[in-house]
Amino acid sequence: MWHISEDDLESIAIGAGILGTGGGGNPYIGMLRARQMIRENGPVKVLSPNELDENDNIVCVGGIGAPTVGIEKVRDKQSYYALKAIEDFTGKKATAIISNEIGGSNSLEPIIPSALTGLPVVDADGMGRAYPEVQMKTYFVYGVPSYPMAVCDEKGNTALITEALNAKWVERMARSVTIQMGGVACYALAPMTAYQVQTTAVLDSLSLVKRLGDAVRSARNTHEDPIEALLNAHPGKVLFQGKISDLDRQTTAGFARGQVVIEGMDQFESDKLTIEFQNENLIARLNSEVICIVPDLICIVDSERGEPITTELLRYGFRVTVLGFPGPDLWKTPEGLATAGPSAFGYDVEYSDLELT
Amino acid sequence: MHIGIDVGGTNTDAVLMNGDVLVDKIKNPTTPDVTSGIISCINTLISSRSDVDQIDAVMLGTTHFVNALLQRRELAPSAALRLCLPATTMLPPLVDWPDDLKNSIGGHTYMAGGGHEYDGREISSIDEKELRKIANQMTDEGVRSISICGVFSPVDGSHEQIAAEIIKSETPDVNITLSSEIGRVGLLERENAAMLNACLVEVASKTVAAIRTAMLSAGLNVPLFFSQNDGTLMQSEFASHYPVFTIASGPTNSMRGAAFLSGVLDAVIVDIGGTSTDGGMLIRGFPREAAVSVDVAGVRTNFRMPDVFSTALGGGSLIKQNPLTIGPESVGFKLASESMVFGGGQMTATDIAVANGMAEVGDLRLVSNIESSFAEGTINEIQKRVEDVVDQVKISAHPVPVVLVGGGSILVRNSFDGASNVIRPSNAEVANAIGAAISQVGGQVEKVYSLTDMSRDEALDLAKDEATQKAVEAGGDPKSIEIVDIEEIPLTYLPSNALRVKVKAVGNLI
Repeated sequence: MWHISEDDLESIAIGAGILGTGGGGNPYIGMLRARQMIRENGPVKVLSPNELDENDNIVCVGGIGAPTVGIEKVRDKQSYYALKAIEDFTGKKATAIISNEIGGSNSLEPIIPSALTGLPVVDADGMGRAYPEVQMKTYFVYGVPSYPMAVCDEKGNTALITEALNAKWVERMARSVTIQMGGVACYALAPMTAYQVQTTAVLDSLSLVKRLGDAVRSARNTHEDPIEALLNAHPGKVLFQGKISDLDRQTTAGFARGQVVIEGMDQFESDKLTIEFQNENLIARLNSEVICIVPDLICIVDSERGEPITTELLRYGFRVTVLGFPGPDLWKTPEGLATAGPSAFGYDVEYSDLELT
Repeated sequence: MHIGIDVGGTNTDAVLMNGDVLVDKIKNPTTPDVTSGIISCINTLISSRSDVDQIDAVMLGTTHFVNALLQRRELAPSAALRLCLPATTMLPPLVDWPDDLKNSIGGHTYMAGGGHEYDGREISSIDEKELRKIANQMTDEGVRSISICGVFSPVDGSHEQIAAEIIKSETPDVNITLSSEIGRVGLLERENAAMLNACLVEVASKTVAAIRTAMLSAGLNVPLFFSQNDGTLMQSEFASHYPVFTIASGPTNSMRGAAFLSGVLDAVIVDIGGTSTDGGMLIRGFPREAAVSVDVAGVRTNFRMPDVFSTALGGGSLIKQNPLTIGPESVGFKLASESMVFGGGQMTATDIAVANGMAEVGDLRLVSNIESSFAEGTINEIQKRVEDVVDQVKISAHPVPVVLVGGGSILVRNSFDGASNVIRPSNAEVANAIGAAISQVGGQVEKVYSLTDMSRDEALDLAKDEATQKAVEAGGDPKSIEIVDIEEIPLTYLPSNALRVKVKAVGNLI
């Protein structure tokens, strides 16, 4: 067990940005909200998945909607209301809260209901990275029902999804409701047992993002290489280093799709890396050979400061390092790949493991 | 003819321009009251001229207002009113402000009903009684200036206007800043910018009035314009209501002035000073804007600021051997006493340039013990770093003109990687004042449009019309106004029919 203090939030935001692989939304607003809650209610308790008790009832919370709306109609206590709605509907009190997505701003969402209720946050999540849609959670791939789900706005409206054919339907219904709620909402769903969390969640991911953020901040303070610090904190590899030389970006049906071309520098001189993204970075090709592909993580960071660079901030001339981290094993099974592997994003490329050596 | 004036921290510079021709220039120390330094510049420029009646405008770029914020002085007791309930309450106004700045303006904040959704629906309606009560509370607290910020006011600013009328009817003397007139989407950043403006309105009104009075007494009864962050002008009456738009005009004027002096519109401008090198990209005569948020006096805003890339390299940078290091430490303004060519004991980049025969500064004999191979190697490294700055700020791999200004530009050669040609303009020391004098007027719109009731083309036309209208209101000649930038940013993660559009129009002064 450990506690999240105000100072930890900056580390979590950096680490969550890195695991956001270009998407997941900007964590600044989420960090301010979590900071307000911790200032008012004190540090938040974090439980390791193996500290859960067999009687525990763990509820997943998250935000849904457009980041552009989220920076204007900033979220409030919606995830707390959603948690309460799920408790009321199931007639069962939650004993712990778990994140839906550790990449991007959703990593900080559980801190809000946790600070308000005193319930601990579980050190785990349903993605181990960022993904764009509700059904793309390991929980649902491995048999946790994706309903009931409560979607709440800031005005006092709650929509309950009590039954769905599958998680994809939950995504469709929740997103329609979110648009009516003004483009941003929070949800709570899928009350789980300790066993379900231990077997279907990506474990220890909150401590991982904190560790990544700590590594970057400490390297900055001591003027050491933040890239090396990141790789010391978590096994992965430098896929490429260079300068962004071309960028093609379109937005279709709510997705920022496109590709970025990076011209190699130093040891990668005369090579070229192309990364295709749909909000998140999904596939990296060295010259024309695929060297890293979803669900493995493709993270673009500023070479000097180790700062994660989101898709909307990519720009010609940036000196970047592209890091590859192995995705969670739970995504690499046939079921996992069917839900959130290359084919789920329309790529006709077989998944193959990221080679770390 | 135009007079361009730049009030910097150290010097107040002024130029007299006849169209594109620099007629005269003057440099005076900046005075604590700002105004008398400006006036003495104007007087020096015009006192011996017989054609003063040919001067038709004065353009001023000043750091006065940003300094007021940085030094927390002359700020009005101000309150932030947000129209939002029941949304956004977890992050009240001024939530991420430095405590000392918040305290120096009183730190009064209010949240009330109102605000819109991204698609134009109301979050809640305006409650007149609630706002009257707030207005009276503000009076009791001694508030003299307020900012009003409604959620999604860039989509629909009507609630801010209605609230302003209600507040005005209770407290007629209070200054009011509407966030929809200040910034773009991004609630906290826009609200912050509006609040920075609110607390500057009093000092701005006073400064503008003082300069106008002094101009009249000097016999100059012509319009006074202020330079804005984006390189366009606003009339002085406008500046006294929107001082926050002037706070980043310095680097913009410097880049535009340097480009003007070298006769190019698309170029990388590199300013090599004593301690640092700043590079920026000019596109069609305007600086490329930074994509990330900008801190002003410790407050996060989303202003459009010039994107400047800096590195710690300048004429005063300390040089160490074995292994070679250049900077980041610098002797700074003590160059003329601490560097070797001036008899000091520190080896600086300037000493290397002199030893290498690239510059004649100080006494060459004092650097005769610097080996020529070491000087050559050091200059190569400096050159590489400056080329790196150029590469970082370029927008494509294509070679572009590079304009070199600043005292440290003696450190680099004229053959440049990535440059189509290198230009070292004369009169670069008054580039800021020239940048002010040559400015055009502009209008910018950034809004979210719902495409439920209109097509994409209709939305773009609306935005273009509004930007053009703003440029005309700012004093532009309708015939000369052109749209210089259009950017469409659809909303991600939401397959709805909403489009964020940014349009900028500029034109010549009438």
